[in-house]
Amino acid sequence: MIKKLFQGLARARQRLGDRLRRIITRRDPQLLEEIEEVLYEGDLGVELTENILEELRKIPPEKYMDRIKEILISILEGVEVKEKEGKPRVWMFVGVNGVGKTTTIGKIGKMLRKEGKRVLFAACDTYRTGAQEQLKIWAERVGADIVLSQYGADPGAVAFDAYEAALHRGMDELLIDTAGRLHTKHPLMEEMKKIKRVLSKKNPDAPHEIVLVVDGTTGQNALNQAKSFHEALGLSGIVLTKLDGTAKGGIVVHVVKEIGVPVRYIGVGEGEDDLIPFNPEEFVKALLG
Amino acid sequence: MFEGLTEKLERAINFFGKKGRLTPKDVKQGLEEIRKALLEADVNYKVVREFIKMVEEEATGERVLKSFTPREQILKIVYEKLIEILGKHEPLKLSRSPSPIILLGLQGSGKTTTAVKLAYLLRKKGKNPLLVPADVKRPAAFEQLRDLAARYDFPVYDKRLPDAVKLSKLALSMAVLKRYDVVIFDTAGRLHIDEEMIEEARKIRDTVNYDELLLVVDAMTGQDAVNVAREFQEKVGITGVILTKLDGDARGGAALSVRRITGKPIKYIGVGEKVEDLEEFHPERLASRILGMGDLATLREKAKEAIEAEHARRFQEKMLRAELTLEDFLEHIKQIKRMGPIEELIKLLPGGKEFARYADEKMLKKTEAIINSMTPEERRNPKIIDGSRKRRIARGSGTTVQDVNQLLREYELVVKLMKEMKKGKFPLRFPI
Repeated sequence: MIKKLFQGLARARQRLGDRLRRIITRRDPQLLEEIEEVLYEGDLGVELTENILEELRKIPPEKYMDRIKEILISILEGVEVKEKEGKPRVWMFVGVNGVGKTTTIGKIGKMLRKEGKRVLFAACDTYRTGAQEQLKIWAERVGADIVLSQYGADPGAVAFDAYEAALHRGMDELLIDTAGRLHTKHPLMEEMKKIKRVLSKKNPDAPHEIVLVVDGTTGQNALNQAKSFHEALGLSGIVLTKLDGTAKGGIVVHVVKEIGVPVRYIGVGEGEDDLIPFNPEEFVKALLG
Repeated sequence: MFEGLTEKLERAINFFGKKGRLTPKDVKQGLEEIRKALLEADVNYKVVREFIKMVEEEATGERVLKSFTPREQILKIVYEKLIEILGKHEPLKLSRSPSPIILLGLQGSGKTTTAVKLAYLLRKKGKNPLLVPADVKRPAAFEQLRDLAARYDFPVYDKRLPDAVKLSKLALSMAVLKRYDVVIFDTAGRLHIDEEMIEEARKIRDTVNYDELLLVVDAMTGQDAVNVAREFQEKVGITGVILTKLDGDARGGAALSVRRITGKPIKYIGVGEKVEDLEEFHPERLASRILGMGDLATLREKAKEAIEAEHARRFQEKMLRAELTLEDFLEHIKQIKRMGPIEELIKLLPGGKEFARYADEKMLKKTEAIINSMTPEERRNPKIIDGSRKRRIARGSGTTVQDVNQLLREYELVVKLMKEMKKGKFPLRFPI
């Protein structure tokens, strides 16, 4: 698992970590400015970067590296993961378009299948063309059942049917794919709330997980996305995707700090198994080297 | 709901003061604020540094124009510089028939949607485009393009082959035979750039003798945008950029980075979910968005067309006297609505996304219903609305007490803001 994360973040780590170490051992007056650059290029954002720099100004340069790690890890570890039991356990996946929601569901489905769970997918994205087919392909690939629907159908009704199906077929896990659209679209949020309501009526604990999928290449806008979805739905976790490239996903630290929701998994590739549980220490280590 | 706007106005007035020439201190101070704004907008750190340096040199010593504060003067210089760097809209090169256009980009950037939008735009200009799903890898990529295209009656090359290069070649021959004059290739995206993808893109590029090789970039992209742009530019060589997802609240600083790195023009921007939501690129609009100023110029222009002078005058008067009633509130929402597609318009305002909830038809109807269910007295003096009145209003308007409460709370906020304006705390800088 660690290996994969390291592979995935190898490029990021090399650039950030090596540069930081080089910068720090050199002890030149431009030190803080260069650290600032590294932090910004990791997408940590203005606020967090400025906070970190302020902290660093109080300590000698040889402690910089540890302090940066410490600050980032403490933010990421500062939120608790609360898992809820249920049968079926209902997961609702939300996020803006193009972040990799459907793929993430496929991967989490695979993971749950490996644990021997019976998994049902629900294709509640009745908006984007191709969404139904895409999830269906994933269901076949990982051996999950699926409830499909028509384009334009009411996602709440699909969620309702899917829950019934999960119950009757004795499923352990129900993974719900939702329409990805920009978080600024008011109707989208209403639609999400309705899906949640429908499920809560079936079981007060459901959805047991409401997971926001965030594209690791996203910049500061990830914060707006997280805030909007959290405000509307109350998130239980975050999945950060596309971390196998050059993007560093640093914005997630700010997101966690701001909304207090833990990162649960990270996506590190396009394969079925390219999803790993999030570990703050490893993430930061891999990021900074 | 007004926090964003308030903050901005507050910061804006901190700089009011002396006139004369811009001193190095003025410039430094003003630019520090702009530096942060650019970084918040996801402009690449190095690009920001370079940009700030450039402006610093130009701005120092410049005469502060009449009716401008030093801060405004700096902002003006920055704004103009940004526009200059962002470059002008350039039309597509369509040199022959059929004219091949290749779309490149990472997965999730919006290539497929953009392909159909582009086809739509070209058809409006009298062209007859063919769409080619050259992404043979992603599950359901073919279906997505086929179904989306079918919605608008666009022909799609529907032969399915495992080899994207061969497929592209065949599609092009068919286009020649069937006399399509533009062929749009929707190529495979990857989660990130890899050799396989680049190789495939290169082969398609060499096979189809393209007119345009357009890179599709998600406006929400962070610092990674420079890496993406550089790789595509160096390894495939693009001719232009399409920026997508500008209908959200992303500031779109990635555009500046991409433009700086590639030197290629931004050709179009995606501004909505509908097929017609692909627009020509206007540097002024993007520049003010990146700076977080809202697009004041466009707003003024649109407002002038639609808002009735009388209404504007009365509204402003009432705002200044802090006497706005719920009736005015409603009327104002209606007026703004008359100015055009409200979602678009509202986003142009500073702090616009906070208003965007009113842009929704349903929301507006709800607001209207609630206010209509009030007695004239209640509308003029909402303070008298107690629990039982709220229940009656909710029943009458088919809403809930929570809805009524929410409206009243928001109204209170507006009133509060107006009172602050009245005290002269915030200058009114554009005709609301």
